[in-house]
Amino acid sequence: MLMINLILILIVGGFAALISERFGQNIPRKVALAVVMLDLVYLLLSLSVMPELELLQAPQPSDPQSWLMHYSREWIPAFGIKIELAVDGLSLLMVFLTLILGAVAVSASWTDVQVRRGFFEANLLWTLAGVLGVFMAMDLFLFFLFWEVMLIPMYFMIAIWGHENRGYAAMKFFIFTQVSGLLMLVSILALVAVHQSNTGVWTFSYFDLLNTQIAEQTAFWLMLGFFIAFVVKLPGFPFHTWLPDAHTQAPTAGSVILAGVLLKTGAYGLIRFAVPLFPQASIEFAPIALWLGAAGVVYGAVLAFGQTDFKRLIAYSSVSHMGFVLLGVYAWNALALQGAVMQMVAHGFSTAALFMIAGSLQERLHTRDMREMGGLWQNMPRMGAVAMFFVVASLGLPGLGNFVAEFLILLGLFQVDRWLTVIASLGLITGAAYSLLLMQRSFQGEPDETRQLTDFGSREMLTMAVMMIALIGLGLYPQPVLDIARPVVEGLLNFSATVTGELL
Amino acid sequence: MNASQMQALLPVLILSLTAVVLMIQASIKRDQKLAWIISALGFLCTLWATGYAREFAQPVTILLQVDSWSLFFSALVVFAALVTLVLSRKSFSPEGERKEEYYLLLVLSVLGAVVLIQSSHMVSLLLGMELMGVALYAMIAFPEKGLLPLEAAIKYLVLSACASAILLFGFALLYAATGQLSYVGIGQQAATAYLSNPLLVMAGTAMVISGLAFKLSVVPFHMWTPDVYQGAPTPVTGFLATVSKGAVFVALTRFYMDAQLYQYQPLITALSIIAVASMLIGNLLALRQEDIKRLLAYSSIAHFGYLLVVLITLTGTGMASDAVTFYLAAYILTSLAAFAVIARVAGEDQHKTQIAAFEGLFWRDKIQATALTVAMLSFAGIPLTAGFMAKFYVVSLAIQGSYWFLLSALVIGSAIAIYYYLRIIFSMSKTSVIDSVGDIGVQDYSANLTALLLTALILMLGSWPQPFITFAGGL
Repeated sequence: MLMINLILILIVGGFAALISERFGQNIPRKVALAVVMLDLVYLLLSLSVMPELELLQAPQPSDPQSWLMHYSREWIPAFGIKIELAVDGLSLLMVFLTLILGAVAVSASWTDVQVRRGFFEANLLWTLAGVLGVFMAMDLFLFFLFWEVMLIPMYFMIAIWGHENRGYAAMKFFIFTQVSGLLMLVSILALVAVHQSNTGVWTFSYFDLLNTQIAEQTAFWLMLGFFIAFVVKLPGFPFHTWLPDAHTQAPTAGSVILAGVLLKTGAYGLIRFAVPLFPQASIEFAPIALWLGAAGVVYGAVLAFGQTDFKRLIAYSSVSHMGFVLLGVYAWNALALQGAVMQMVAHGFSTAALFMIAGSLQERLHTRDMREMGGLWQNMPRMGAVAMFFVVASLGLPGLGNFVAEFLILLGLFQVDRWLTVIASLGLITGAAYSLLLMQRSFQGEPDETRQLTDFGSREMLTMAVMMIALIGLGLYPQPVLDIARPVVEGLLNFSATVTGELL
Repeated sequence: MNASQMQALLPVLILSLTAVVLMIQASIKRDQKLAWIISALGFLCTLWATGYAREFAQPVTILLQVDSWSLFFSALVVFAALVTLVLSRKSFSPEGERKEEYYLLLVLSVLGAVVLIQSSHMVSLLLGMELMGVALYAMIAFPEKGLLPLEAAIKYLVLSACASAILLFGFALLYAATGQLSYVGIGQQAATAYLSNPLLVMAGTAMVISGLAFKLSVVPFHMWTPDVYQGAPTPVTGFLATVSKGAVFVALTRFYMDAQLYQYQPLITALSIIAVASMLIGNLLALRQEDIKRLLAYSSIAHFGYLLVVLITLTGTGMASDAVTFYLAAYILTSLAAFAVIARVAGEDQHKTQIAAFEGLFWRDKIQATALTVAMLSFAGIPLTAGFMAKFYVVSLAIQGSYWFLLSALVIGSAIAIYYYLRIIFSMSKTSVIDSVGDIGVQDYSANLTALLLTALILMLGSWPQPFITFAGGL
């Protein structure tokens, strides 16, 4: 029941936030914060009663009993659809990331959102609920349901509270994800149909479908359906075009959730579903996926370099960083996969923080155009220092989480394809260039003395501190995260190796 | 005809009785409130009778087939008529005008629809379709003021007459080929007739299907749809979209199954072309519409394209007929919800059915806006709504039968469709116009209740479909 409660708390909390607006403009944000905190505490409490050893055991992907938690009950027996949730180390990391960034997002919306706060916080909480569902659902039907349903509150967040071009951005975001989701639905149903014709059983359970025997040709097309859905969400080159618009137009809290959490559902989907369900087809497809990843790294970085819009620059940098994740996943060895997981977490924090800074700037300056900024460090020293921290984190300074992640990915990738590693490393160099450019243009240079700007207050500093500590922790002592991810990674590697009958 | 057959016919009898009572009432005392109550009571009794008659399910004469499947759709149609009745009360009750005939027409049209649904013979098919259609022409043209309703009615009348003529010619050809007029009889004879004279059989079925396809407004028989949808009073548009189209599709399914038309490859090819064209053209043309009723007209063209996919995959297996049941139920509920909101928000004002007129509805009328949002999401096939489960059925059937061509048209069509459904939702969520547009008036409890009920049903079918699937499987 634990996992369902995690989701239910957020859904019910959403309604509570919606209703609480009647009692005052400022109540919903407090309710939302309380709800996310409650969820976090609930998760920690239930983990604390779990023996520590279990975390370090390698779960068998196809045996639900070896997972940390597993819950299953009938839902639509006519089609063998169950409410099946399960958590392993990977899901657990993602769930934590979601809840922490959820709290950050609530903090980001504290003063940013001025109208209809109740409905805003409700949408925020419902998005989080959907994302948690995606990370925990092990019934493919249920997974698809969460995958699609989480779009709706996110759509509303962009469409109602977004910036000047919100309609276009929200529409583009929704259509890209929905259409690719439709392809995934076809793939899911086809996979289930193949399984049904093999065994005579209707089931959508991940654990049952893992060992489905599929003809090579069919497997390739089905894999492609999943791959496109996840790569659109990631977003990987060339399906990234929705991201700069959605990010730029979304309200700050929306950008935080979008960049910090929603993009990770794509990466998660690749690791959890696309590769293990179709190991053979994925291995054959890996070279193309790797090239797409490398292209994303370089292309995103180059485009980021040319931006004048603060948020757009960060958005393109996300494309570049997510390219690394794609590389890590399709290199498909222990180092690269752990790096990919690390990147998901580290990028979540660093980008969320940068978007929050962008939001704070927009709130104070009413522009995102960096040509109109400059010398802001003098006006707002605290914000400047914080921005500096996250900019160097994002460019991959050793000692911070992102460096560990990208280094591991490159290390793993080197065993698979050397030249690609060289190309991907270019991303690190260009990353340094655009990140420092961002810093120079906005915070350094001649200050405008006429500006009266308020610096970060204690609420903002506290939020930033959480993410700083997280990134430093990930950078200096990444072992706990790697320990949690390792059993999952090993389990997946062993599984795909036995299925394909060869070790990579 | 024995007593148990009369009991099986109870829904039809009650509807006929309601019509008679309405006529007598009009001649004694003209009172539209009374007429409304009589119709409502009639529909409620019919609804009960469809449940009652299930125990007596049997073929009644050669003309009608009363079984649990047709009784379910009869109930659905009567439910839709009941919703139409609730919606009509506002639109058709300006003080001082005499509108009782409208209710009589409504009851007659429903009677036609129920006969059509239960028909197992060409004669009852034609009888039901004409009764339903003729009453509908008058309902479309009912508002005295304004040219649009009149134009719509005449357009529908002239084209329907053509369609009926084609249908009749099709009957004649099939009769010439097989010497039969009942569906089952045709099914028994057609296979041998096909061997000796394939052209006659194919031409006959093609003409029958064309005649029915006109009523379903699938491409290329769709030209009338947007004008009629726009011109008709909103409750009547809702009635046309749900009762008329639903009943005709049930009749088509019954004819297709009983006459065993699925064994003729040329026919399946033709149906596939119609389905693909409807899915693509319907959705494409909906993209640029500014009037929500026209938009829903094109969207319904696409939805009947999806339904035709189910028909094509029908090969006697159980799941496909479940799929028809589920899809039609989902489609009817969703359409009703959409038209209920339009009727409430726009009334009969031609300018208010523009999408732009729905701007900021979320902030003016939460309940109506939520209902329309759920309806649009259901049309678009987003999970947790009935529309998703319906699409789920269609996609599974297409995959199981390996109809990849139809499937790709379905995916492309749905992809296009998301845009225009979202447009409506986006328009409702716009915040810039809140101050300029005032409240839409006094609370209307019956409208809110209808919207909430339909929304709840859509969400229930989508999130907890098992009871309904079990029920549909037992039909």
